[in-house]
Amino acid sequence: MPVSTEKMVKVFGRPASLTEARFTYCPGCHHGILTRIIAQTIDELGIVERTVGIAPVGCAVFAYLWYRCDAIQASHGRASAVATGVKRANPNLIVFAYQGDGDFASIGTAESIHAANRGENITVIFVNNQVYGMTGGEMAPTSLVGQKTTTTPDGRDPALFGYPIRFSEMIAQLDAPVYVTRQALYDTKRIMDATKAIKKAFTNQLEGKGYSLVEVLATCPTNWRMKPTEANKHVAEVVTKVFPLGDLIDRG
Amino acid sequence: MTKRWMEVFMAKGLLIIDKERCKGCGLCIAACPHQVLAFSGELNRSGYNVVHAERPEACVGCAFCALTCPDVAIEVYRARVPA
Ligand SMILES: Cc1ncc(C[n+]2csc(CCOP(=O)(O)OP(=O)(O)O)c2C)c(N)n1
Ligand code: SF4
Ligand code: SF4
Ligand code: SF4
Repeated sequence: MPVSTEKMVKVFGRPASLTEARFTYCPGCHHGILTRIIAQTIDELGIVERTVGIAPVGCAVFAYLWYRCDAIQASHGRASAVATGVKRANPNLIVFAYQGDGDFASIGTAESIHAANRGENITVIFVNNQVYGMTGGEMAPTSLVGQKTTTTPDGRDPALFGYPIRFSEMIAQLDAPVYVTRQALYDTKRIMDATKAIKKAFTNQLEGKGYSLVEVLATCPTNWRMKPTEANKHVAEVVTKVFPLGDLIDRG
Repeated sequence: MTKRWMEVFMAKGLLIIDKERCKGCGLCIAACPHQVLAFSGELNRSGYNVVHAERPEACVGCAFCALTCPDVAIEVYRARVPA
C-alpha cells in the first residue's frame, strides 16, 4: 500500500549534496554515517558549488562518487598535501580531505603533520578505525595493544610493533592548528556531537581561521569480525579508553 | 473519536525505507528508542535482510534511526500537530 506523506513534514531525508550512488561500504560501516554528515554540512552551509573533496586511498577511495561537489582522488596518504595545493591555488574554494588512519597517520604522516604545522586553511576528516580496512584488516599505527589483525594474529605486541599512535594529540601540540577534536559515531548523541564538530571545522575554513582536524573513531565491523552493534559497543567501551573523546584545541 | 484523533495527530512519525539501499546492518533497530523497527525477513536484490517498521504506530518521528543509518536508506516524516 503506498503511504501518503501529504499531511506530514519531512524531518529527515537524503542530503541534496549526496548523489544517488549507493555506498560501497560494508553493512554497518561508519564511513557511511560520516559521508552523510559531511553532505548535510555542505547543504547547511550552502557551499556545494565551491567545495572540493579530496578522497584518500582506502575504503573511501570512491568518496568522489558520493558528493555532488568536485573531488580529486589523491595518491595514498597525500590528501592533505593535495588539499593544500587546491586551497592555495584558489582560496575561494572550500577544501576537505577525508582520510583513513592508514592513509593519514601511516603512509601520509609527513604530509599530514606538515599541512597542520603550516596551518593550511583546510578541513581534514581523519577516520580512525584502527585497521587497514580496504586491504584486508592489517595492523594500523592506531591498532590497540593486543588487537588481533591479519598481520598481528596473536595481538599487537608493543615490544614488536609499538603503541597505538595518538595522532591528533601530536597535531594539537603544534602552534598553527585552530581546531583539533576527536569524535565518535557509536550512538545518537555521539553522531549529533560529531555533526556539530564537522560543521565547526568547515565554518572555521569559511571564516579563514585555518587548519581544522576532526578525528572520528569509526568501526570496521568486517575486519574486526564483529556485528555492527557489537562494533559500536567496542568503540564505546574499549576504543575511547585509548582515544578519549573531546576537543584537544579550539582556538576559533 | 477522541482516540482516533489522538492516533492520527499525536506528533507521530512515518518512515520510508529504501529497501534497495538497506544492508540489514541492524544499527537503526538498536538506535530506535521505541522499538519500532525489526528485520522483515525479506531479502532485497543484493540479498540483504531489510528492515521494516514492525510497530509503525509507536514511531514518534525522532529520526534517530535515520541519523544512524550508514546507507542513508531512511526518510522520516512527522505529522503536523494541529493548532
Ligand atoms: C602507495 C600505496 N601503498 C599501498 C597501497 C595499498 N593500500 C590500499 S588501502 C591501504 C590502507 C588503507 O587503510 P586506511 O587508511 O586505514 O583506510 P580504511 O580502508 O580502513 O578506510 C593500503 C595500504 C596503495 N594503494 N598505494
Ligand atoms: S572493510 Fe571495514 S572500513 Fe572498509 S567498508 Fe568494510 S567495514 Fe568499512
Ligand atoms: S523515527 Fe524515531 S521512533 Fe520512529 S522508527 Fe525512527 S528511531 Fe524509532
Ligand atoms: S541502519 Fe540502514 S542499512 Fe542498516 S538495517 Fe537500518 S535501514 Fe538498513
